[in-house]
Amino acid sequence: MEDLNKFRKSADQILRLMYLVFFVFIIIAGFLVYLLVDPSFSAFKKNDSEENYISIQNQEVEDFDKIENGIHVRTGFVEGEGLQLVVNNCTSCHSAKLVTQNRMSKEQWSATIRWMQETQNLWDLGQNEEAILTYLATHYAPKKGGRRQNLSDIEWYDLEQ
Amino acid sequence: MQRRKFVKKGVLISLSTLLGAEIVYGKNLPMGYELLGLQDPDPFKMFDKDSQMVVLNDKPWNIEAQAHLLDDKITPNRYMFIRNNGIIPSNTSVDDWTLSFDGESVYEKKTFSLKDLKSKFKQYTYQLTLECGGNGRSEFDPPAKGNQWTVGAVSCAEWTGIRLRDVLEDVGIKSDAVYIGYHAVDTHLSGDPKKEPISRGVPISKALQDETLLAFKMNGEEIPLAHGYPLRLIAGGWPASASGKWLKGISVRNKVHDGTKMTGTAYRVPCEPVAPGEKVADENMCIIESMPVKSLITYPKSGAVINEGKSLKIRGHAWAGELSAEKVEYSIDFGSSWKECSLETPANRLAWQHFSADLRFPKKGYYEVWARATDSNGVAQPMVLPGWNPKGYLNNACHRIAIKVS
Repeated sequence: MEDLNKFRKSADQILRLMYLVFFVFIIIAGFLVYLLVDPSFSAFKKNDSEENYISIQNQEVEDFDKIENGIHVRTGFVEGEGLQLVVNNCTSCHSAKLVTQNRMSKEQWSATIRWMQETQNLWDLGQNEEAILTYLATHYAPKKGGRRQNLSDIEWYDLEQ
Repeated sequence: MQRRKFVKKGVLISLSTLLGAEIVYGKNLPMGYELLGLQDPDPFKMFDKDSQMVVLNDKPWNIEAQAHLLDDKITPNRYMFIRNNGIIPSNTSVDDWTLSFDGESVYEKKTFSLKDLKSKFKQYTYQLTLECGGNGRSEFDPPAKGNQWTVGAVSCAEWTGIRLRDVLEDVGIKSDAVYIGYHAVDTHLSGDPKKEPISRGVPISKALQDETLLAFKMNGEEIPLAHGYPLRLIAGGWPASASGKWLKGISVRNKVHDGTKMTGTAYRVPCEPVAPGEKVADENMCIIESMPVKSLITYPKSGAVINEGKSLKIRGHAWAGELSAEKVEYSIDFGSSWKECSLETPANRLAWQHFSADLRFPKKGYYEVWARATDSNGVAQPMVLPGWNPKGYLNNACHRIAIKVS
């Protein structure tokens, strides 16, 4: 009987010790997780004012993909189906201006993509390729210019002589 | 407090997404600070260009002049077009800048410091016309792929440097040398360090000309970064792409240089003329060498309204690649009749020449003034687009300005 009591007592002790170890472990783990998220404990420092964050946020994040008068403001691309795919795939190496100043048929746009894949490190566009080609061939198709066009966009001014 | 932290973290993550990189010390960002990577760079300030210059592309930077901006006899930096294939280098430390010569046709590789080049060889100064091979591409029909230059991708600045020939003689080249190709430190648009954005060159005969320079000054000052600081190869009269910027190496080749943009459709045109839009096999494409005869009316600016009875003074420049311009004529009746302008001789070979004329108009109305130069071989500029080619090179159709007499 005494042996049994002794055993229960030591079992209780072990259990309490295990609770303690577990509790300490939880605290350390919790602390480490916090350290990962905020290594400089900046949440406990009182040197920030509310306005900081608002001003940055207003400046840069608002309307990042704003469309105005049918034009994607940030890039100058025409609004249309496939626009985001084109923005994401076609403007990481070169400017959108290299696209928007050109006019090509679907076949030529396709050949241009192949050339970029073969020589310029463009990735495989996968199933997005068709949508990208359709967007380009729709909004940036060739226009007939003939052998010589009229002078256009003339700004008339009085010449002082 | 916690909410604010959360908002801040959210903003930093969004900013990071915009930049495509983590903002490592984002927590320390001061109030209202705009990250450099997000600022819209002002190219006119950055490159010291006039605000009337036209930006065709901002990655890579490609900027052209307008005809009336090119009125100076020697083009100042502020009106000089910028053409880039890759990213302009940011680290051009001039103190340890070297130029290496290698390739099949040197006896052994030789490297010079920039200081040695400047002190060891005699220096020369020339006015040299540099025109982009694709100047005028915007007029092509069917359209040609690439930057849509109108008329402003041409300049004639004063370049100071040493003769490439003198240095090649010092290096010692074998008799089988055919071509030289340049290597530079600009980076490929994809960021791939193994890729050269452009590595073109010229036949050895062009490399050995008096006017082919390793230049370190433009208009008496250090070359602006966008134009090749601290060392640039200058091969006047040829597509400006042959004049490599940020020069680090010259390969002397025993065959036609095969660097980036020497093959395929780049700076090559059909050897035999083709119909507009025709497909051309690779083996039927030939490398552009000398640029064709061309001229530009730089005064007045197109759109001038003048009073009836007044005469109009016009002026501009004419150039002809390897050749010189023999005469420049103007027409006010859409090419039906031509009158000769007065034309100056070039300051030196490969410099553009200045022309001027005094025009009278018979009655009120709308006119176009056309200018047409003829080179020393008797070849004149066409009035319409010349031979179509897949990449839209060599458009030397005569320049036109609009005038109203009221």
